[in-house]
Amino acid sequence: MDLYLNGKPITIDPQPGEMLVDMLREQLALTGTKVGCNEAECGSCTVIVDGEAVLACAYPAARAAGRNVITIEGLSPLALSPDEMIEQDELVQKSLHPIQEAFIKHGAVQCGFCIPGQIMTAYALLEHDPDPDDEAIRHALKDTLCRCAGYPSILNAVKAAGERMRTGVPIRAPEFQSSSPLEVIGNSYIRPDALDKVIGRTKFTDDLKFEHMLQARVKRAGVPHAIVKRLDIEKARQLPGVLAVLTAADIPGEKKHGLVIYDWPVLVGVGERVRTVGDALAIVAAESRAIATQALDLIEVEFEAQPVVSDPVQAYDGSSPAIHPGGNLLKHIKVRKGDIELGFAEADLVLEHEFHTGIYEHAFIEPECSIARLTPEGRMEIYVGSQIPYADRNQIARVLGWPEEKVRVIGMMIGGGFGGKEDIAGQIHAALLTERTGRPVKLLFDRHESLLVHPKRHATQIRIKMGAKRDGRLTAVESELYGDTGSYASLGEKVMTRATTHSAGPYEMPHAKADCYAMYTNNPPAGAFRGFGVTQACFAVESMMDILAERLEIDPVEIRRMNALRLGSTTNTGQELRESVGLLECIQQVQSEMESRMDGDPFKPRSSPGAEHLRRAWGFAVAYKNTGLGGGAPDKSAAEVELCPDGILEVRTSSAEIGQGLVTVLQLIVAQEFRTSPANVRVLLSDTDLTPDGGPTTASRQTYVSGNAARMAAQVLHQAISSTLAEKYDCPPQEVHFEEGLVRLNGNSLPMEEVYLEMNEEGRSPRALYEYWAPSTDPLGDGGNMHFAYSFAAQAAEVEVDTHTGEVKVLNVIVANDVGKALNPLGLQGQVEGGVVMGLGNALTEHFIVEEGRVITDRLARYRMPSIVQTPQIHSIVIEHPTQDGPYGAKGVGELSSIPTTPAITNAIYNAVGVRIDNLPVDQEEIVRQLNKFSKTAE
Amino acid sequence: MPLWKNYYLAQSIPEALTRLNEGARVIAGGTDLLLEIQQGVQPPPESLVDVCNIPELNSLEIRGKDLFIGAGVPLNHIVASQLVQENSQALVEACNLIGGPQVRNTATLGGNIAHALPAADGTIALLALDAQAESVSSEGSRITALEELFLGPRHSRIEENQELLVGFYLPLRKNSQASAFKRVMRPQGVALPILNMAVWLQRKKDRIADAHLALGPSGPTPLRARMAENVLRGEKISQTLIEKVHQVMLEEVHLRTSPYRASADYRTHLAKILLQDVLEIAWERAGKD
Ligand SMILES: Cc1cc2nc3c(=O)[nH]c(=O)nc-3n(C[C@H](O)[C@H](O)[C@H](O)COP(=O)(O)OP(=O)(O)OC[C@H]3O[C@@H](n4cnc5c(N)ncnc54)[C@H](O)[C@@H]3O)c2cc1C
Ligand code: FES
Ligand code: FES
Repeated sequence: MDLYLNGKPITIDPQPGEMLVDMLREQLALTGTKVGCNEAECGSCTVIVDGEAVLACAYPAARAAGRNVITIEGLSPLALSPDEMIEQDELVQKSLHPIQEAFIKHGAVQCGFCIPGQIMTAYALLEHDPDPDDEAIRHALKDTLCRCAGYPSILNAVKAAGERMRTGVPIRAPEFQSSSPLEVIGNSYIRPDALDKVIGRTKFTDDLKFEHMLQARVKRAGVPHAIVKRLDIEKARQLPGVLAVLTAADIPGEKKHGLVIYDWPVLVGVGERVRTVGDALAIVAAESRAIATQALDLIEVEFEAQPVVSDPVQAYDGSSPAIHPGGNLLKHIKVRKGDIELGFAEADLVLEHEFHTGIYEHAFIEPECSIARLTPEGRMEIYVGSQIPYADRNQIARVLGWPEEKVRVIGMMIGGGFGGKEDIAGQIHAALLTERTGRPVKLLFDRHESLLVHPKRHATQIRIKMGAKRDGRLTAVESELYGDTGSYASLGEKVMTRATTHSAGPYEMPHAKADCYAMYTNNPPAGAFRGFGVTQACFAVESMMDILAERLEIDPVEIRRMNALRLGSTTNTGQELRESVGLLECIQQVQSEMESRMDGDPFKPRSSPGAEHLRRAWGFAVAYKNTGLGGGAPDKSAAEVELCPDGILEVRTSSAEIGQGLVTVLQLIVAQEFRTSPANVRVLLSDTDLTPDGGPTTASRQTYVSGNAARMAAQVLHQAISSTLAEKYDCPPQEVHFEEGLVRLNGNSLPMEEVYLEMNEEGRSPRALYEYWAPSTDPLGDGGNMHFAYSFAAQAAEVEVDTHTGEVKVLNVIVANDVGKALNPLGLQGQVEGGVVMGLGNALTEHFIVEEGRVITDRLARYRMPSIVQTPQIHSIVIEHPTQDGPYGAKGVGELSSIPTTPAITNAIYNAVGVRIDNLPVDQEEIVRQLNKFSKTAE
Repeated sequence: MPLWKNYYLAQSIPEALTRLNEGARVIAGGTDLLLEIQQGVQPPPESLVDVCNIPELNSLEIRGKDLFIGAGVPLNHIVASQLVQENSQALVEACNLIGGPQVRNTATLGGNIAHALPAADGTIALLALDAQAESVSSEGSRITALEELFLGPRHSRIEENQELLVGFYLPLRKNSQASAFKRVMRPQGVALPILNMAVWLQRKKDRIADAHLALGPSGPTPLRARMAENVLRGEKISQTLIEKVHQVMLEEVHLRTSPYRASADYRTHLAKILLQDVLEIAWERAGKD
C-alpha cells in the first residue's frame, strides 16, 4: 500500500494482524511512538492520521492506505533524516516544533515515556484550535495518561505552544528559584534528557533491536495457590519457530531470587508450590512473539489446588495454610517508647479507630522489558530499565551460576518506576534463554502481565488508639498494623517497618507502642511503592488527628501545630532531632495560603455557587518521610567524575533515572563545583561495567547519597587539577579559579580541553572516584538515630462532594515541602505535582482488586490512574531547612509530596459532608449510602 | 496466530456484502472489536472488512423528516456536527463522553449499536431519540426500530456475516422538543457507566406533551422505559411526578448489582437523580424555542 509518512510518500506491505504501531516500530524502525498498554487506554501510541489523533495500537496498519500519517519523528518543521537527528543536536534544537520546545521549557518531561503521545495529542488539538482554554486542553488530553503526572506543567506547555504558534512570541520558561540560589544549584535548568524525549529519540529497552533476536514469553500459573503436578512442554518445544522452552529443571544455578530474602522461584517446578497467579512455570524463546505466545498455549499443566490465603489477618491465624516453609509471618515489627499504659492514663480523651488501605499498582506507562545477549567474549549483557542495576547483576549471576563479573547490566531509560522496578521482572528469564540459545532474547511484558507480576503497594489494616489532653496535647499512641506482603518478601519487611515507625505521625509523642505483622498471602507480592509504607500509616494517623480534633473541639491545624515535631523533639523511635525540622513552617505556610483564599473557617462546609447539592470544604494533613535506608543499613554510593578530552566533565554512577530528575541533579552538582555551565557536564548512569555502584534508587536517597558522592568526587578532581596546575604554573592552589569552561590562574586562562592535556602531561589522572558513606544509623529498637534525615510536608486539599451521586472532585491542593534545599526547582515542581496527583489517585481513582488471590483489575482499563481531568490546581511552596550533611543541605523529596494528599482529601470529604473515610480508596457509593441512609442489599 | 489474516477496505456496500458472505467480520472503528480479539474474548477472524470508507456509511445529512447518521461516521464528527447539535442534543452529549478524543476519532455509532451492550452511551441516547436503524444484506435493505434490534448482551438482530448496519434515522427536532443525556461513572474500575439515562420530550405550555426515556444498564438489552414515559405524558414537572415516574420505572426495568461497580440500591438511587437532571435539562432546552 502507499501512504504519506511524515510528509513523504512510502510504499509498504502491511502484515496480517499488524497494527499501525507495529508497522511503525518494527517495519519502519520509528520507535518514537510508544506502546504503554496495547489496549487503547493510555494514549502513549498516539499518532496523527489525516489530521486527527488516533491510537496506533488499535489502528490496523492496512487502514492507513492512502492516508497521511505523522509521528513524533515527523513533527519538526525541518524533517531531519535519522542521521542528522543523531549527529546534529544544534540543528535539532532549532528545528523543534513549538510544542516540543514548550514541553522542554516547562519541565513537562519527566520519565518521558508518555511524552510523544502527549505531544501528538496536543498537536492535533492545536492544529484545530490554536487558542484552547484550560477546559479544552483537559478535554483533549483526557485519555493521554502520564504516570509521572506533571499534568499542570503539561497544560502550561500546551498553552505556551499555542501562543507561540499564534503569535510567534518565543516561549518563556516559568521561573522557579531556590530561596538562596548558588551559581548553578538552586536555579531552574532544563533536564539534559528532555530533548531526546520530546523528539522520540530516547531509547527505552523495547526500542532496541539486535540481529537474530528472539522473543520470549512466560507461562504464568494463573492460579493463586497450588502444587504443580504435571508440566508438559513437549508440544510447545515442537512448534516450528520455537528455539527453547525451559522449566525449573533447566536452571543451572540458584533457583530463587529476591532483594532481601531469596524466596521467589525463578520458575516453579513439578512438585513445587505456586504462591501467586503470576508465578512463572516455563519460559519460551521463539522467532516471533506470536509464535512464543502460541507455544504458551501448548504447554500443559496440572495443579493440585491449595486453600487460598487472601488477607493478612487471615494469614496470621494459625489455622491458615503455610505459604512458605517458615510460616506466614514475614516479620513482627515493634516500636516501643515510654510507658503506653501511663500515657493513656494521663489522657483526658482516648479514641480508637481501624483503617483499611487497599493494594495499589505502580502503573508506570512503560511495561517491563529486558533484553539479554552474549558478547563474543561470552559475557552476558542485560539491557533493562532497572532501579537497582547491581542487585540485578547479582541475582542474574547467581541463577546462571556465573561469577558476577561475567554479567553486565546496562541500564536503559526508565519509563517510570515509583518502586515497581526494583525487583527482578524478566531479567533472569531472558538471560536463561540467551544462555540456552546463544541468541539475543527480548522479554517484554504486556500490560496484563505487568499488572499480575511486579510487587504492589501493601494493603494494610491499621488500628490506632490515641490519647490526648483536653487542650489537644497528645499523650500516647498505640497502633497495630497488618501488612499484606503477598506471596514473596521483596522489600516487604522494610516497607512495613517504615509504616510502623511512621505510625505515630510527625508528632511529639511521649508514649508510643506499635506492633506490625508483615504477612505472606497468596496475593501478588507487595514491595516498594513511592511512600514506602508511610502512605498507609499517614492516612490512618492523619485521619485520627482530625477525629481527635473534632472531639476536642480544636482546630485541625492547631492540634497539629501543637504536637508537631520540632528542633529538640524525640521521635517515637527515640531519635532526637537536632536540625532541619521544617514542619512548623510547612504548617504555617499552608495555613496562611489556605486562609488567604477563604473568608470563614476553611473546614466548614459550603455549597458550590448555585448548586446546593455540591458541598465544598478543605482538609488538612501533614507528613514526614525518612531520606535513605536507615535502620543501621550501611547506605553508600559511589560516583566518579572525569575530565574528558573534549573538555566535558563526565559524572558516572549506577543510580537510576526513573523520571525523578537525578540526571539533572548530578549534572548541576558537578557544574556547581566547577563553576561551569551544566552544558559542560555529561551524566552516565546505570551500567555495571562503566559506572560505580550507586546503590538502590529507593527511599528518596539518590539526591542525598549519590548527590554527595558526585559532589565529593567533583571536589577531589577539582583539587587534583588545582594542585597540578598550581605546581606547574607556580601559584598557590587557591588562586586557581574555575570559571565557565575555563581555568584561570596567574594571568593565564586554559580551556578545559587544555587542562585535560596538562593533567595527562603531568601523569595525573583526570578522574576521581568517591565512595560516599551516609552518616551511620541505628537499628530500630536501639533508640538513637534511625535515619540521617527526614523531610516534612503539610498539605491542604479543597474538595467538592456531590451529595446526590457521591462523586468527589478535588479542586485545590496547597503543598509545602521542607526539602532541605531545592537543587533544581523546575524538577522539584514536577516531582511535587506528580506526587500530589498520585496521592489523589490513591484516595479516589485507583483500586487494585484481588479476590481469592485472583486479580480482577488485570487490564489497564480496570485500573484507573488519575488523568489531567482529575488534576486539581496545585500550589507548591518550597521550604528549605537545610540538613548539614546533605548536598548543599538537600534531603529527599521523591516520595514526600505523595504522602499527605490522601488524608488531606479524606479529611476534606468529612468536613464537606460528614462521612469519615476509613477504607481506601474512597467509595462514592458509600458516601451516598451514608448520606441517604439506604441499605445495601446483597444480591 | 495473527489477529486477522486479510484486511479489506471496502469501498461500496456490495463489496462489503460480498466479503461478509465470504465469512469476513465487519470492522468499523475497531475500538471494541480489536480489543476483544486481542484479549481473547473473540477468536481471531480470518478476514476483516473495514466499512469506514463506504460513502453511504459516512454520510450525515437531512433526509426528508429525518436526520440520517451513517453507521460509519466517527463519533467526533457527530459531536462537532451542527445538524446533530441542533436536532439531537442527547446524542452529542453521549458521544462526547465515549472514550477520549483518540477513541472518538475512530469509534463509530454503528459499532456502538452493533456491539449491543445494555449501557452503551450512544445506544441509550439513540433509543430516547426514537431512532430507526437501516441495515442491508444480500436480500436487500430493511429498517428496524432501534428497540427491536437487541436480543441480549452482545447479541443483536444484525446477522453476523450477512448484514451491515448502514445508518440511523432520527426524527428532526421540532419546536418545543429537546433531549438530554447524563451518566454517572465510578472513578475506579471498569470504564462502563454505573448508570446512564437519556430523555427526549416535547413541551406544551407548562406540561410534558410527550416523552421518551431510556436508561442502562437496566436489563439484558438496552431498553426504553415505556411505562414511565406514559406517566410523564401530560404532566407538569414536579418532585411528586419524579417520585412517581421513578417508582414506575423501577417496576419495568431491572437495576442489578454488578460486582466492583455498583449495587442495585445505588443504581436505584441514581436513577432518580439522573431522572431529575435529564428532565430538567431537556425541559429547559425545550422551552428555548
Ligand atoms: C478507551 C475506551 C473507552 C470507551 N468508552 C466508552 C464509553 O464511555 N461509552 C461507550 O458506550 N463505549 C465506550 N467504548 C467502547 C467503544 O469505543 C464504542 O462502543 C464504539 O462506539 C464502538 O465503535 P467502533 O466503530 O469502534 O466499533 P467496532 O469495534 O469496529 O465494532 C464493534 C462491533 O460492531 C460490529 N460493527 C461495527 N460496525 C458495524 C456495521 N456498520 N454493521 C454491522 N456491524 C458492525 C463489529 O463487527 C463489532 O462486532 C470505549 C472504548 C475504549 C477503547
Ligand atoms: S499503547 Fe495504545 S493506548 Fe496505550
Ligand atoms: S513523563 Fe509521563 S509517564 Fe513519565
